[in-house]
Amino acid sequence: MPEPILQIQALDAHYGDFQALYGVDMEVSEGEVLAIIGSNGAGKTTLMRSITGLLSNGPSQIKYRSEDISGLRADEVAMRGLAMVPEGRQLFPSLSVRENLMIGAQVGRKGPWTLDEVYKLFPILDERKDQQSTSLSGGQQQMVAIGRALMANPDLILFDEISLGLAPIIIKDIYDALPGIIGEGMSAIIVEQDISKALSVSSRVYCLQEGRVSLEGASDTVSREDISRAYFGIE
Amino acid sequence: MDWLNAVVQGTLLGGLYALFAAGLSLIFGVMRLVNIGHGDLIVLAAYLGLTVTTATGMHPLFALIVVVPTMAVIGYVLQRGLLNQTLGDDLLPPLLVTFGLSVILQNGLLEIYSADPQKLEAGALETASFAVGGLNLGVLPVLTFAVAVAVIWGLQWTFYHTALGRAFRAVSDNQDIAQLMGLNRRHIFGVAMALALGVTAIAGILLGIRTSFDPSIGGGRLIFGFEAVIIGGLGNLWGTLAGGVILGVAQTVGAKIDPGWQVLSGHIAFLIILAIRPNGLFPRISA
Repeated sequence: MPEPILQIQALDAHYGDFQALYGVDMEVSEGEVLAIIGSNGAGKTTLMRSITGLLSNGPSQIKYRSEDISGLRADEVAMRGLAMVPEGRQLFPSLSVRENLMIGAQVGRKGPWTLDEVYKLFPILDERKDQQSTSLSGGQQQMVAIGRALMANPDLILFDEISLGLAPIIIKDIYDALPGIIGEGMSAIIVEQDISKALSVSSRVYCLQEGRVSLEGASDTVSREDISRAYFGIE
Repeated sequence: MDWLNAVVQGTLLGGLYALFAAGLSLIFGVMRLVNIGHGDLIVLAAYLGLTVTTATGMHPLFALIVVVPTMAVIGYVLQRGLLNQTLGDDLLPPLLVTFGLSVILQNGLLEIYSADPQKLEAGALETASFAVGGLNLGVLPVLTFAVAVAVIWGLQWTFYHTALGRAFRAVSDNQDIAQLMGLNRRHIFGVAMALALGVTAIAGILLGIRTSFDPSIGGGRLIFGFEAVIIGGLGNLWGTLAGGVILGVAQTVGAKIDPGWQVLSGHIAFLIILAIRPNGLFPRISA
């Protein structure tokens, strides 16, 4: 088994009095694509916020390349090579398409991804580079959000619900592009409600249910029954 | 000709008001912070100018070389050490804290420099003038206006053509996501405040050359700055210049009608614009 790039141990997360995650254990190996599935409110986005440092964590709960990153700010985590495509795209409305991509490179990490490479992957963005990001269609905005994360040349990239609110044909386009994106030795975590999409691109899968890991297994061997039990909690 | 003169002099005066306002506009645009202490920081810059010129005998314009960086450092430290802690979903804490800052600054200046009115001595620059088509223009007001245009152009250029400006806009749009891009918002806010107080330093020195000042006049400068920002529209720097000019022209034209109406007519112009266009003339940020 290759070295884990990310190790999560007994992670709890709270919003005030409300506890969103209970003792989550998780591991991502170098170069692995991991899927996290679960229904609304299962804690998927909370988990992403904890990993990226947007939520503060307890000590030693999250380790990145054996370094404890639990207590770091989000910008410090980003500098170490962890990027996220956030749920709902969340582009910067007062920045042009090109500027949104450029700001992804702010962390200053060298690697294969440059403005030109992103334009090669999504040629439409080259045509629209001087437009306000909010004037694009949903699918194009998602391309900008993905490009923005790639510009950081991350070692681990998090995709949070990238198919949410997009037309099926656009979702297919984006998922078709994913192998080319993740191929370059990058590790990835894909958070999805669309289970079959998540399983098709990942090698392992975790299911979250009410803030706890309810299933862990290889994407090609988990059974439908196991998943629905883990997903809905039906015995 | 007298009326034309009033309009031209008012326009030039508007340059000074735009300089008062530019710092306010910048920090509100980046971090939604309303700085009640801004006027007193302008006065602080004027007093720093006084200290530098009396200690070294320098011309006040050269004192900018010392005062601008000093104010910028004060701005960064103030933001990192105090104001960042007040920022959040609630608008009240920054208002209260900067109000307290205003009180502290006024009393601190009073303690150190006393209540006597002071002035920065700029020699011939204070009275020099030249004639253009029958109008006599003071060199200092023209210089002030030119500096205001240059400062606003510079800020605008920084905002839209540099990585720093991109960071300002990104943090202003969405702090969390900007943080994910490796931008530490506390640092970015500190840099924005440093830039704002650097501009404030220029405003303070030009104010001190133009008129006499004492520790109590900050509030009045704050009001002029606010009015210029609101007239121009929140978050739009060229709008702020336009707002300053409108305010300046309203004041000089009002003073032409009756010298007692100078300040009042500026406020009335502000009130009318606020009634007709509550978001100002050229808003960039929707309230």
